[in-house]
Amino acid sequence: MARMKFICDAERCIECNGCVTACKAEHNVPWGVNRRRVVTLNDGVPGEKSISVACMHCSDAPCMAVCPVDCFYRTDEGVVLHDKDICIGCGYCSYACPFGAPQFPTNGTFGLRGKMDKCTFCAGGPEANGSDAEFEKYGRNRLSEGKLPACAEMCSTKALLGGDGDVVSDIFRNRVLVRGKGSEVWGWGTAYGKPTQGTKS
Amino acid sequence: MIKRCALALALLALATAGCGDKPQTASTAKKADAKAWESASSPYAAADWKGGDKAAWEAQMRIRAQGQDEYSRSAAAAPAASKTP
Repeated sequence: MARMKFICDAERCIECNGCVTACKAEHNVPWGVNRRRVVTLNDGVPGEKSISVACMHCSDAPCMAVCPVDCFYRTDEGVVLHDKDICIGCGYCSYACPFGAPQFPTNGTFGLRGKMDKCTFCAGGPEANGSDAEFEKYGRNRLSEGKLPACAEMCSTKALLGGDGDVVSDIFRNRVLVRGKGSEVWGWGTAYGKPTQGTKS
Repeated sequence: MIKRCALALALLALATAGCGDKPQTASTAKKADAKAWESASSPYAAADWKGGDKAAWEAQMRIRAQGQDEYSRSAAAAPAASKTP
C-alpha cells in the first residue's frame, strides 16, 4: 500500500508560489488560510533556498496525539485528515505541529476563530467522495479521481513531488545522482563550461 | 430624516448580523471515510482510469507520480544514471 508523502527539492524551488496558488484555487481556500506556503531562507542573499511547506502527513503525527476531541484520522494511504464536524477549533494541533500546517479561518460575523483547516493531500475528508459537502468543508478530492495533489502536479520546476513515498524518493534520489553537487548543480561551470573544456575562439 | 434612515439601517444591520451564520450540529463520533479507490465514476476523474478497483488505483497513482519525473517523461534526455533500476 502506498504511503503518500511530499518532498520539496530546495535546489529546484524558485519561489514562484505556483503551488500555493494551485492549492488555493483547487480547494477554494478562504482568505487568510494558507494550506501551503513557500518559505525562503536567507532571502535576497546569494544562495538563498526556498522550500514549499504544508502538512507533511507525519507517520506519527503530533496533531493527532494532542487533539482533545480526537478529530484526526489516518487513511490507508497514510494521509492525515480530520473531521471538521468534531473539531472545536482549540488550536492545540497548531502548537504541536512543527510545520505550522493547521490554519484557522477567522470567519463568521464576529470574527471568531473557525475550525481547523489544513492540507488534505487533495484527499478530501470523511464526507462522501466528490460530494458538495466534502468540497465545501475540505476542498477537492483528487485522490479519488485518480490524480495526485494539485500543488505537486502544477509545480513548474517539479521541485515539489507528491505521491507514494517510495516512488517520489526514487525520483528525487535519481535526480540528485544525475545533477551532482557543488558547482555541478548551478554556477559558472554549468553556465559557461568547465576550465577543462577549454575556451572557444 | 437622513439621520433616522441611517440609524434604522444600522439597527437593521445589527439585528440581522447573525443571519448569515450557517446552522451547525455538534458531533462526537468520527465518520468513516470511504477509500480513495472506492469512489464512483466522477466527471473529473483522470482520463483512461475508472474508480472501484484498488489495484487499478494504485497503478494509476504510480503512473501519475512518474509524470513528475522528467527523466522518465523524456527518454532522450535521460542520462545514464536514470536508466538504472
